[in-house]
This record gives sequence, C-alpha cells and structure tokens, in this order.
Amino acid sequence: MVVPLDERIPEPMLPAAFRVRKNRRETPDTHTLELASIAEGVPAWRPGQFMMMYVFGAGEIPISISGDPAKRDCIVHTVRAVGPVSRAICDAKEGSSVGLRGPFGSVWPIERAEGRDVILVAGGIGLAPLRPVLHTVMANRDKYMRVSLLVGARTPDILLYRREMDRWRKRRVDVRLTVDAAAPGWQASVGPVTTLIPRIEFDPSSVVAFIVGPEIMMRVVSQVLAQRGVSYDRLFVSMERNMKCAVGFCGHCQLGPAFICKDGPVFSYPTLEAWLAIRNV
Amino acid sequence: MQDIEALLVEHAFFKTMIPAYRSLVAGCGKNVHVKAGELLGRSGQVANQFFAIRVGRVSIELHSPERGPLILQTVEAGDVVGWSWLFPPYRWKFDARALEDVRAISFDGECLRGKCERDPAMGYDFMKRFAQVFMQRLESARLQLLDLYGSATR
Repeated sequence: MVVPLDERIPEPMLPAAFRVRKNRRETPDTHTLELASIAEGVPAWRPGQFMMMYVFGAGEIPISISGDPAKRDCIVHTVRAVGPVSRAICDAKEGSSVGLRGPFGSVWPIERAEGRDVILVAGGIGLAPLRPVLHTVMANRDKYMRVSLLVGARTPDILLYRREMDRWRKRRVDVRLTVDAAAPGWQASVGPVTTLIPRIEFDPSSVVAFIVGPEIMMRVVSQVLAQRGVSYDRLFVSMERNMKCAVGFCGHCQLGPAFICKDGPVFSYPTLEAWLAIRNV
Repeated sequence: MQDIEALLVEHAFFKTMIPAYRSLVAGCGKNVHVKAGELLGRSGQVANQFFAIRVGRVSIELHSPERGPLILQTVEAGDVVGWSWLFPPYRWKFDARALEDVRAISFDGECLRGKCERDPAMGYDFMKRFAQVFMQRLESARLQLLDLYGSATR
C-alpha cells in the first residue's frame, strides 16, 4: 500500500541526526543497530518502509526498518556489510552519530491478513523487513489464523534473530528454518526455502503471503505457492533496488513503470510479475 | 499386511495410488523404527531398501575426507528416502541418517522390482511417482547451486 503524500516527512532530502544507542552483532557480517534521535524525535513509520541511512564520510544507502512498530523511542535497522557504507554502519560505535532520512515507501498490507492464515517467507537478510510484521502480528495474535514463518539462508551461522525465534514460537508462529548446506548437528531442514512450503498448513483460498529475498527467490516462492493454489493477488513482495533520492526524482530504482522507492518497496506480486520476468531490467 | 496398507493410505507418496497397487506394494513393506543418529543407508553399501518416512527427519549426507560430513538435504514425514535400489549396481550413493527418532515403512527393493516387472502398469505408476521425487530433488539441488540468498544485501 502506497503511503499518502501528506503522511510523508516534510523535508525528505534532509538527514536528521541519530545516535547509535546499541550495536548488536547478529551474524559474522550482520549487525542490528538501535538509533535514538538527537534532536527532531523519531518519525512515525510503518512495517515495510525504509530509511536512507547516511554515515559521515562513507555515503548513504537504503535500509529497511526492522524494529517493533509499537516502540517509538528508536529506529532499528539490521544491516549486512556488503560494501563500504554498510561496512561503516556495521562498524559504527555505540554513541556515534549517523544521519537518517525517511521513512520512505509503501507498507505491508497487514490489515488484509486479518482473519486469515499468514505466511511470511524470508531469504537471508530478507527477514529484517518482515520482523516488524511479526511484531505486529504477535501483538494482535488473535486477529490472525495460522501464522507460518519460513526462513532460508546459506548456512546456519548466518540465520538472523535466532534468540527471538522461541518467543515467536510461543506466540503460535510456526517457525521453520532451512539452509543450503549444514554440518552434522544442525537439526532443522536442509534445502531451498521452497521445500518448506508443502510442509505447512494453510488455506490456499484465503492465505496472504509476504515474501522478501532476492528477486529469483521471490519468483520461485511465488510459483510454488501458486502450485498450492494461492492466488498471485494475495502475494506481496518487497523489492530492493539502487535507491538514491528515495522520493522518485532520480530514477535510479526504476523498474518498468514503478519507482521502487516511491511506489514500493512493497508491491503486490501481479504488479511486478511481468517486469521480474524480463532479463536485464 | 493390512496395517502397512492402512499406513500407506495416509502417506503422501502412496495415498493417490489405486488400492490394488497399494496392496501389492504393501506386501514388500514392514514397519521400522530408526533411532536418532543411526543410518538408514550408508554410501557404498548394498541398497535393497527404500523408506517411506512417517515420523521424523532424515538427512542425506555426503562425507568427504577434507570437509567431513556435509548435510545436503533433509527429508521428513511424507517423503521417501532411497532410490538406488531401482538401478544397478544397487548401492547407496549417500548416507541417510536419522536426525531424530524416525518411524518409517521399509520396502524390500528386490521384492518391489519383481512386482513392477510382472505388472508393468503398476511399475509405470511406481516410476512416475519416483520421477516426481527425482524432479523435486533436482529442482532443489539446482536452487541450492544457484545460491538463492547470496545477492540479498538489505
């Protein structure tokens, strides 16, 4: 769902100063940062949205918000170090300052999932933008029917939020993990995340699925869900592109007719299906 | 015999099979319980069995001297394990290990091959079911090779 213009921030190009309140190492290359506002306060945001995070002397990149929407005293981001800016973010010392612009973009249509089964499918760090959905669902657990979280990763050591998963399970979330390869001792599944889909129970005629990961993963997950009878119009994906301005001016993140920063990052799957099938777009 | 047939009706691999075939297949099966950590099959050893998993999880492992054991895939209730019994030289290619206590139906490969040879219609039905398993495992292996999550940077 695209957020109306009047809900957006008044000065979208102006970073606000935030202090790194906590920097927790999740995996060898991924950190979760809690950022407290230094002056302007924490802006209102909704699950699915992202911020532009600026590190002085390094640059600016888009990062999904991964915290609890009910907690308004800080912004939480989970970042994997894959380039100089994300490395600088992961290395940020507690007490240091960063800049944040946003929040930007569309939101997960969580209200569409009320009264229905819900499937969340995450690949790798794609679990981060789904975490606010989990918080929302758990805070209102009785509004939803069966809730399944399917998480895939390359190896067990890079699975995110392992410490929180028991809490999710206690709130009746069917959490299932799978990795591409594992050494003996790993007790969950080995195989692609698509192999978990036949193992969960849901009503294909009404289930709503939120999917985040690399585009190829979202495409094959959508296909497998469709094979089980789920209509594409109840599948939602979060896209990742090279967002720069975050307000639809620069065109860096354009995919077909859509600007991922402004019209996305959350889209209904049919909106993008044709464009995802075109090579080199 | 009836017990095995009744169990097959509930198993995903067999439940759509026509009763006459299921009855024939059941004649080659027996109930087994494999404790966590034990092997259902070991690479290089004679493969004259396959298993229809009813309860528990099984890992398909490959052991290399340099890297030690590596879990390539896991299968669970509703899946089958083992197809080396279908083709000469009838030897397991990988290890199959129970990750937790497993209850399964174990089938005698020679018995099944004989029934399939004598009743080609049943043999064709059986091979189609295994072809579906081959296809799913091949698709999974391809997706694993693709490194599905490797490009996620967010």
